[in-house]
Amino acid sequence: MNTLFDKIWDSHVVDIIKDGPTQLYIDRLYCHEVTSPQAFEGMKSRGLKCLRPEKIFCMPDHNTPTHDQDKPIEDPISKKQVDTLAANAKEFGLTHFGMMDPRNGIIHVVGPERGLSLPGMTIVCGDSHTSTHGAMGAVAFGIGTSEVEMVMASQCILQQKPKSMRIRVEGKLGKCVTPKDIALYIMKRLTTSGATGYFIEYAGNVIREMSMEGRLSLCNLSIEMGARGGFIAPDKTTFEYLKGREYAPKGEAWDKAVAYWETLKSGEDAVFDKEIVFAAEDIAPMITYGTNPGMGMAIDGNIPSLDSIPEEGHASFKKSLSYMGFAPGEKLLGHKIDYVFLGACTNGRIEDFRAFASIAKGRKKAEGVTAWLVPGSWEVWKQIEAEGLDKVLEDAGFEIRQPGCSACLAMNDDKIPSGKYSVSTSNRNFEGRQGPGSRTLLASPLVAAAAAVTGCITDPRTLL
Amino acid sequence: MKQKFNIIESTCVPLPLENVDTDQIIPARFLKATTRDESFFGENLFRDWRYHPDGTVNEDFVLNNPAYGGEILVAGKNFGSGSSREHAAWAIAGYGFKVVISSFFADIHKNNELNNFVLPVVVSPDFLSEILSAVQADPKTKVRVDVPAQTVTLLSSGRSEEFELNAYKKYCLMNGLDDIDYLVLQKEKIEQYEKKAL
Repeated sequence: MNTLFDKIWDSHVVDIIKDGPTQLYIDRLYCHEVTSPQAFEGMKSRGLKCLRPEKIFCMPDHNTPTHDQDKPIEDPISKKQVDTLAANAKEFGLTHFGMMDPRNGIIHVVGPERGLSLPGMTIVCGDSHTSTHGAMGAVAFGIGTSEVEMVMASQCILQQKPKSMRIRVEGKLGKCVTPKDIALYIMKRLTTSGATGYFIEYAGNVIREMSMEGRLSLCNLSIEMGARGGFIAPDKTTFEYLKGREYAPKGEAWDKAVAYWETLKSGEDAVFDKEIVFAAEDIAPMITYGTNPGMGMAIDGNIPSLDSIPEEGHASFKKSLSYMGFAPGEKLLGHKIDYVFLGACTNGRIEDFRAFASIAKGRKKAEGVTAWLVPGSWEVWKQIEAEGLDKVLEDAGFEIRQPGCSACLAMNDDKIPSGKYSVSTSNRNFEGRQGPGSRTLLASPLVAAAAAVTGCITDPRTLL
Repeated sequence: MKQKFNIIESTCVPLPLENVDTDQIIPARFLKATTRDESFFGENLFRDWRYHPDGTVNEDFVLNNPAYGGEILVAGKNFGSGSSREHAAWAIAGYGFKVVISSFFADIHKNNELNNFVLPVVVSPDFLSEILSAVQADPKTKVRVDVPAQTVTLLSSGRSEEFELNAYKKYCLMNGLDDIDYLVLQKEKIEQYEKKAL
C-alpha cells in the first residue's frame, strides 16, 4: 500500500472488471518487427485502426544485420519481417525509426535515449525486456502479441495487478562489481521464478548512487527473476539524463513535469508484499555456468555439487551441465572460451563500452577469440566515436559493429556455432539462445573484456 | 484458435523438467513468420528437443514416443519462463494441446496461453508429482479438466484439486471470446479516462 507502483498503476486504471482483470491505460507502446506482424494482421482482419497512433513507436532491431546496414538484408525472411514493420507503420500512421535512421537501435536502448520513456508512464512492448524502461521510473512490462493488438486497438490492456516487492541493495560495492553482477547475484539468490507475480522496486544507497545506464541494465534483468517488471523511483539522475532529449518535455512543460516526477516515490509508510535486502559487500563479479540466468556464481567460485540441489531439480541440473560440458563442483577460472559478445539491451550502452575499453586498453584481443562488439543504437555508436573508444578498441584488435540485438538471440547472422563457448553480456543463457548448440556464459562487460584479452575465463580484478 | 471450453478429458504428455523456457518451446529462428500460422509453429514445437541437429528424430524425446499423446501437456515448475514470444503459445496450440498443467507458470506466458485458448492449470507441487508419476507409469492415464467447476482430476486415483481462473476469463473461454472483442467496446470509458488524466 502507498507504494510508487500503486501510485502509477492506480492512476492508469480505466476500469476494474468484476471478478476479473483491470483495464489499464497505456501511455507508450513500442513495436519491433518480430512480435508485431500478427497484431497488425489481427487489426486488419477486424477492420480496426490504432486508437492513439501518436503513442506508438516502431523500429526493427532483432533481425538487423550488424554490418552493411545500408545494403538490403541478405536473408529474405528477415528482410520480409523488417519490411513488413515499415509497411504496417505507414499504413497505421505510426512513427517508425527504420534501419540506418540515426535514431534506430535496440528498442530498449532507444526509448530512454530519445526521451520517449518518461517517469510515471505505463509502457509496454511485445518483448520481455521492456522491464528496462522501469529505470526511468515507469511501470514497464513485456506483453504477448495478442496484448500488443489490444493496445493498438484500445490503448488499454487487461491485466491482473501484480504484487509489489522492494529489493534494497545497501553498502559499498567491491572492485569490478557492476549493475550486471548485482542482477546476476539477485537472480542466483531468488532463482528465475523467485519474483514471479511481483513488480519490483529497486532501492537502497547502491541503486541511488547508480548511473542511468546501470539502472537500465538492472531493470532490464527483472524479467529474468520472473518479475513482470522492475523500476527505480525517479530522481536527479533521471531528470539530468532526460533533460534536452528529443521527446522529453521542453521549457515550461519540463518544469511542470519535473515537479510532478518529484512526487513519484513510495510513501514512508509504504507496505510491500515482500521486502528483501542484499548487502553490496556480498556481491562479487559473477558468471553463469548453466542454462538459465539464475545459475550463476562468483567468477572465482565453483559450480554447485549435485547434493546441494533439491532432488526435484536434479534432472534439469544434470541436463543443463551436460549441455554446457561442465561438471558439478568444477571451477571455471582459466576455462578456454571461443566468443565474446558485448551488447544487447542489457549491456549495449556507452558505459558498457567504456568498461570494456578500460580492460582492452593497452592489451590485445587473444588469438582464437571472435569478439562481437555491438552498440545498442546509432546514438551509442556516435558516443563511442566521440569519446575515442573506437580507436582504443581497434588498437586492441576489436571491431565495432552496427547496432541491433545481434548475438543475444541470433536472429540475424551473428550466431555462436554449436559447442562453442561464448562469454556474453546479454540476458539469457538458454539452450541454443545464441545459435543451435551454443554455450553461453552471462557476465558483465568487464568479465567479457577480461575473457576477450586472455582467451579464457578471467577475474577482471586481476587486470585492473 | 478461438474455441469454447467445457470439460476436457484426455491422456497426457509428461515433460518432467523445470524452467522450460520459451526459447525451447519455440526457438528464435522460427519467429520470423509474419502470419499467425499455428500449424507452422506447432510443427516446430520443442524443435531442438524433438530433432537432432542433423534433422533426424530424437527418439528419446517424449513427443516422439508413440505411447504418449493427448490434449494435455504436464510440465515441471516455472513453465514458459523467458521471452514474451506469443509464438510459444501458438506452437502449443498448433500442436494440439488445449491444457498445460504445471505447479507454476511464468507470468507473460500464462497470459499468452489464455489469450490463445490454451488453459494453464496450476496444481500443487505434490499433485503435479503424482500426475507425472501416474502418466509415466501408464501412458493411458487420463486427466479431467472441468472448466465450469474449475477442478482437475487424476482419474486413476480420483484425486482432485480446484484451480484458479477469474470469472471474466472463464466466461471468455467458455464462450470463445477474446479480450480485444471486449476492449473495442469500451471506447467511451477510455475517452472519459483520457479527459480526466489530462
